[in-house]
Amino acid sequence: MNQDLIRTIQEKFPAQVTGTHAFRGDSTVTVRREALREVAGYLRDELGFEFLMDLTAVDYPEREDRFEMVYHFYSFKTNLRLRLKAPVNGKEPLIASLTPLWGAANWFEREAYDMFGIKFEGHPDLRRILMYDTFEGHPLRKDYPLKKRQPRIVHRE
Amino acid sequence: MGLETAFGHSFFTSRVDDAVNWARKYSFFQYPFVTACCGMEFMSVWASSYDIARFGAEFPRFSPRQADVLFVVGTVNEKLAPVLKRVYDQMCEPKWVVSFGVCATSGGFYDNYATVQGIDKIIPVDIYIPGCPPRPEAVLDALMKLQEKVSAESVMDKKYK
Repeated sequence: MNQDLIRTIQEKFPAQVTGTHAFRGDSTVTVRREALREVAGYLRDELGFEFLMDLTAVDYPEREDRFEMVYHFYSFKTNLRLRLKAPVNGKEPLIASLTPLWGAANWFEREAYDMFGIKFEGHPDLRRILMYDTFEGHPLRKDYPLKKRQPRIVHRE
Repeated sequence: MGLETAFGHSFFTSRVDDAVNWARKYSFFQYPFVTACCGMEFMSVWASSYDIARFGAEFPRFSPRQADVLFVVGTVNEKLAPVLKRVYDQMCEPKWVVSFGVCATSGGFYDNYATVQGIDKIIPVDIYIPGCPPRPEAVLDALMKLQEKVSAESVMDKKYK
């Protein structure tokens, strides 16, 4: 069933799907960055994935496209889950926002922006969500110094 | 307290100390600054099994201006640090601070960009309670230690002048 799902997506977007993976139910499809909105819209409208469960990013400093966006979808109708991945370039970390499709994406994308500095095109209110506004840098990037601290008030001693 | 200052260290002031400290140490009004999972254990100290009321410290005041003891229960991050400082500054003398659990004490295992490595970087602390979270017995032990500390204080101490 999961193989059917992956095949369906592959046949619909042969040029955009760059890789697939499936092991004991963790169906994963990797797509090009430019095709994210299109593929996601197809998942929602045609395949019934009405629930965006999670959205986050991973930093792979050794890769050419440094960041990888990871989306988890769930369909109540078919009880299927799907993971969608899209690489994002480190020099220009920009990808389409999914907030117009799923309201749930709003705060997740703000978190990804806060932690990784990835910008989301079309996001209605892209600003930090966890760290304070005076915080500099993006702490979950692998090159953020491990011991770096940015206190808001002067520490004692 | 004014009058005692005129008498200096004498029989009179030591008697006043005894009376005042006795009253203070058995009627702590606490401000629970609860930020994390330690709060669960803090509640159990409150509840009937351990019953912090036996020590006269059961009364929470959610206004810092009416509180004597600031219980910092849980992780304090850099974003929250100014809030903790302000709550402490709003408390009236005499005031004491208890650091509840390893996160408040040293940051615990949160040695990262977000976490204050011990609330003593923000405010002075009187008693540290170790544990993740501390057992209720440890909290009661700390409370008794704080009572000992209070009973050793004097109205002549610099902090009251």
